[in-house]
Amino acid sequence: MLFLSIALMYACSKNEDEVTPEEKKITFSVPANFPTPVYNFEDNKLSNAGFALGKKLFYEARLSADKSVSCGSCHQQFAAFTQLDHKVSHGVNNCQGKRNTPPLFNLAWQKAFFWDGGVKNIETSPLNAITDACEMGTDIQTIVAFLKNTAPYPDLFKQAFGSTEINSQLILKSISQFTAVLVSGNSKYDKVMRKESGVSFTSAELAGYNLFKEKCTSCHAEPFFTDFSYRSNGLDLVSTDEGRSHITGVASDFGKFRVPTLRNIEYTSPYMHDGRFYSLDEVLEHYNSGVKASANLDVQLKNGILLNTTEKEQIKAFLKTLTDNEFIKNTLYSES
Amino acid sequence: MKLSQYFLALLCPIILLSSCKKSTDEVAADTKSTFSIEFENQVNGSPLVLNTTTYKNAKGEDFKINVFKYYVSNIKLSKADGTTYLIPESYFLIDASKAELTNITLKDVPTGNYTKIEYTIGVDYARNFAGAQTGALDPINGMFWTWNSGYIFVKLEGTSPQSLAPGNTLTFHIGGVTDPNNTIRTFATEINAANPLRIRTDGKPNMHFIVNAAALFTGKTDVSFATLNMTMGGANSVIVANNYANGLFRLDHIHN
Ligand code: HEC
Ligand code: HEC
Repeated sequence: MLFLSIALMYACSKNEDEVTPEEKKITFSVPANFPTPVYNFEDNKLSNAGFALGKKLFYEARLSADKSVSCGSCHQQFAAFTQLDHKVSHGVNNCQGKRNTPPLFNLAWQKAFFWDGGVKNIETSPLNAITDACEMGTDIQTIVAFLKNTAPYPDLFKQAFGSTEINSQLILKSISQFTAVLVSGNSKYDKVMRKESGVSFTSAELAGYNLFKEKCTSCHAEPFFTDFSYRSNGLDLVSTDEGRSHITGVASDFGKFRVPTLRNIEYTSPYMHDGRFYSLDEVLEHYNSGVKASANLDVQLKNGILLNTTEKEQIKAFLKTLTDNEFIKNTLYSES
Repeated sequence: MKLSQYFLALLCPIILLSSCKKSTDEVAADTKSTFSIEFENQVNGSPLVLNTTTYKNAKGEDFKINVFKYYVSNIKLSKADGTTYLIPESYFLIDASKAELTNITLKDVPTGNYTKIEYTIGVDYARNFAGAQTGALDPINGMFWTWNSGYIFVKLEGTSPQSLAPGNTLTFHIGGVTDPNNTIRTFATEINAANPLRIRTDGKPNMHFIVNAAALFTGKTDVSFATLNMTMGGANSVIVANNYANGLFRLDHIHN
């Protein structure tokens, strides 16, 4: 019953958001093969002006300490909003962070954020990057003051929220209107799943899909290609990054990280929490021969995942069907 | 003509009713008013003076305080008959460095005689994980952990010669809402029924609480700065929260 009413409310808000004559109305659209999202814009009504402001802030390098780094510097659209070719994030003053930048899409379905799940709400997830000395190296006071004194921001806040008031809440809500709208659900895989006409897997892709379902989905579960759990896949005997236990304080969580999505994996290299692998071949070889017996290694991986050359090629062929070019090339999300 | 008669008939009982209520000492159930709470920060009976004054903890170790901030939220009042009133959206950050933040005003509270007050020391579970907040809960106040979502409920920073941390610093950032390291604590105190908190349309009482910063370090477990000088959530924060749960606040008096 509760579920039904939520579903109804949801359907309602969707309708409201749909019709406008002049400009293209920004919508949050749920692909047919996706479940109900966690974040539903209930307390943050989606509008064109809110989205436009959020996007402008996302690409605003003047927010950072040395005015060189924006959210978009680390979260690049052509890399599905991760940082191409950077093992770990690269912030102000050429500082290297400690973790690989995750891609940004389908965040509205996530209950927790960061590799260790330390952040619990999409709206508060930019705060760490803003304040981290190694990312944007600034603070909210400075950003609020900058925006208050810099045209056209006061006008943009007025258009988005009805008042020229600028505070951290409105900054974070507008950024979330941008980040939560980033939905990637138009890959070849999605079209095959939705039985869209004329789209089908090649025989190699299909063989890869079957192998994937057999060997990988227990962690990389469809349709997000993650079950959002925290696990160790045996990268190191002793991890140098505590991972999940940094948040829970529980020893059995040491060295565990969130199972990452594999959508757009073709474009999100390098891979793993510390960006140690540059190619999918290296990743597959890790599962085939490189799994280390770390203390908290997931039991499913205690013998690794044996893969011969053909199987590796088939899995790779399947993984490439997870690329969503419409998302990566959507000019709505690009810096304008 | 007829219409105005009708009005009069309607008006009469209303006037009668309201005049009735005024003549007795009873308060109308539907009127609302204001009261305030002053938090007087002290250390073991002496006024809290930031940065300069030296205090002693229960172990006899010297310390100074540079920062002392804490959340008081979800304030609930009870009457002698057991009925309660939870003040909606009551989130307050008390900051010893900002005099204007040590006296809080609560508006739109139903008038009446209240004999008990309770509140959360910190912030309830839900708000720790909620979306972007403003006011007392704005992360701009420096009481929000950005890498492990949630609020710092009580923040005390200072120095002690006994602290082995670099610069002899004391860093007590108490927070965390998940077991086993949940630090949400509720404080409750009865109010003398002979002098209850009398909220009236023509009376705005003030409650005066003494807040003892040294309560972080004694009560259940006496803290030595040689062994505990830094905590930011986790098991040691629980030790400190268990200390201050009962000792931090004391209702001193009420000006009705
Ligand atoms: C210096 C590079 C850098 C910058 C700049 C940056 N981020 Fe990130 N972002 C990261 C890294 C690295 C992580 C992962 C952190 C971790 O797991 O500990 C991350 C994580 C995130 C996440 C969570 C993603 C997930 O799936 O868990 C979101 C959302 C996010 N960033 C949004 C933003 C926004 C919005 C901005 C601009 C205000 C921003 N980021 C600026 C590097 C950056
Ligand atoms: C027991 C759970 C588990 C299984 C089974 C598993 N993975 Fe993973 N996978 C993980 C975890 C956990 C990570 C992240 C590890 C880290 O960064 O510390 C990961 C990371 C990856 C990455 C890197 C993604 C990125 O963006 O960094 C790829 C690619 C990948 N896995 C592919 C596969 C494939 C293909 C299979 C099947 C052959 C598979 N995985 C089986 C748990 C699993």
